[in-house]
Amino acid sequence: MGKTIFDKIWDKHVVKIIEDGPSVLYIDQHLIHEVTSPQAFSGIEKRGASLFRPKQIVATADHNVPTLNQHLPIADQLSKFQVDTLIDNCKKHGVELYGLGHQHQGIVHVIGPELGITQPGMTIVCGDSHTSTHGAFGSIAFGIGTSEVEMVFAAQCVMQTKPKVMRINIEGSIQQGVVSKDIILFIIAQISASGATGYFVEYAGSAIRALSMEARMTICNMSIEMGARGGIIAPDQITYDYIEGRLFAPKGEEWNKKLAEWKKLYTDADAKFDVEININASDIEPMITYGTNPGMGLAVTASLPQLESFTDATEKQNFEKALQYMGLKAGQGLLGMPVQNVFIGSCTNSRIEDFRLVASIIKGKQKDPNVKTLIVPGSQEVAKQIKAEGLDKIFAAAGIEIRQAGCSACLGMNEDKIPAGEYCISTSNRNFEGRQGAGARTLLASPLTAAAALLTGKITDIRTILN
Amino acid sequence: MQSLQKITSRFIPLRIENVDTDQIIPARFLKATTKVGFGKNLFRDWRYEQDDETKPKADFVLNQKQYEGDILVAAKNFGCGSSREHAAWSIQDYGFKVVVSSFFADIFKNNALNNGVLPVTVTDAFLQQIFAQGAEATLTIDLEKQTITIDTTGVSETFEINAYKKTCMLNGYDDIDYLLSMKQEIEQFEQNR
Repeated sequence: MGKTIFDKIWDKHVVKIIEDGPSVLYIDQHLIHEVTSPQAFSGIEKRGASLFRPKQIVATADHNVPTLNQHLPIADQLSKFQVDTLIDNCKKHGVELYGLGHQHQGIVHVIGPELGITQPGMTIVCGDSHTSTHGAFGSIAFGIGTSEVEMVFAAQCVMQTKPKVMRINIEGSIQQGVVSKDIILFIIAQISASGATGYFVEYAGSAIRALSMEARMTICNMSIEMGARGGIIAPDQITYDYIEGRLFAPKGEEWNKKLAEWKKLYTDADAKFDVEININASDIEPMITYGTNPGMGLAVTASLPQLESFTDATEKQNFEKALQYMGLKAGQGLLGMPVQNVFIGSCTNSRIEDFRLVASIIKGKQKDPNVKTLIVPGSQEVAKQIKAEGLDKIFAAAGIEIRQAGCSACLGMNEDKIPAGEYCISTSNRNFEGRQGAGARTLLASPLTAAAALLTGKITDIRTILN
Repeated sequence: MQSLQKITSRFIPLRIENVDTDQIIPARFLKATTKVGFGKNLFRDWRYEQDDETKPKADFVLNQKQYEGDILVAAKNFGCGSSREHAAWSIQDYGFKVVVSSFFADIFKNNALNNGVLPVTVTDAFLQQIFAQGAEATLTIDLEKQTITIDTTGVSETFEINAYKKTCMLNGYDDIDYLLSMKQEIEQFEQNR
């Protein structure tokens, strides 16, 4: 029987299968950041051990950094101490650090691909659940806890039970006004926030093949939001073209050798999946979430479910709890509802193509005066490119400030927070209670839908602007 | 790591689905560089009004005096979202030794096991039976036998855990010690690639 791409990569990285237990899985690339690494560094020191393969680790500061005045010392003393701890740990243990002020600094899942560190066929881990992003390159990439970060420090391996495999096939063409964020929000709304728990998901089909690498990253990024261990897309010419020439991409003879290996990374025609789901791309409309988990999403033009549609008592109770938090009513529509904030950023949607999309909508127009904005590029490199392409002038002319690279209001760890009770259309990945600040009400959507709200101050169907 | 063999305790019923790790420990508490002291901020924003410890929310189960114990029982998809191990540290530091649910998110499950907190997955029907018990009821979890029992009714269910992780929990071993002992094999693997 044939193998899935997931199986091909997994099997090549198994050092040992423990009888009636997990596999010891070798990790090619480890990415670390300031928030989930300090306890792993101190753990390894306490054991009197050293880092096994420091050259296979790259560090950056992203979760807990300010997005204004990055040249000044961090004002929040706890945050400063955490970022300084990363600097000290990297120096002490010989880990390459792209810290604040470095030209390669940025959100860990933006810089990995951007620098050519992320490559097909690799196993990649990071103490961050959105590590699934890197699966867009045909790699096995997943988020781990801090104990597992320490395992990789100690032995360049993690202990993992092999997940089941699911394939989601998306065939056909997407409508105008629909982008990859809508595709993934549609999938999660279909299968729920826990619908892929225990699975690794392969995304396939003509609609996926048609996407750029950055759009594919957005899809794989949110795999975790339906519980999946990770997401993967088989590499193709679009993948190779993206990687070629990047800083850490293989060069010369090595490139040809790698390319030949990468071309073997696909799912065999007779491979079996535990679950297969088929989606028609033309069924997907611009999406938005209304609740407090990413599975609570619908087409921007649709109405919220009615209370009577819930048969399970606990589910009904959870729906009511979410509506109460969000200040919404069962059965209501969302179009035209005022929003006070727009956040464009995060490892889901902060790459140059996202900024190009937004710029294409706001060009020559003015931001709604009632909307507050947090517009945050994913990396120094993205920020540089925004300037090089003159997009910064379009934003400035619309009355919108562009900040400096970091995770920002996606998780509300630094000072970039949404005030309690206010709505925020956000291009990020999570709408959990308090995620963007205590009491903040998050509506997840695409960069296009966010751009529409920048102009109107309301939840808007982007198609009405495009037409 | 702390070992766990058998426990009998009252429990805290948290009848909420999809409890994400942002609720278990909000991001603003992730600025710490050690693993200690997270328990006091467990479920912080569900526990207190306006982030104020002097204003406990009466409707939140951790604030209801009739409930106590070393076991947390939660509705399905517990621990979803962020991979932050701080969630497992908070639960452990608060004093929980076992979390029972009908469904756990993968990363949380691993994080719990790596910190000596046992995740016990039960059927939906069994979970509803637990939720139907009064505040005085106790549960017994026997890891060796892989059983969970509602002591008042005597109803019991077996739960899954792989043999390796079971040995680790029973003896307090951790994966890092195991991996450190495997270094030669790993080096060999690297050379043969």
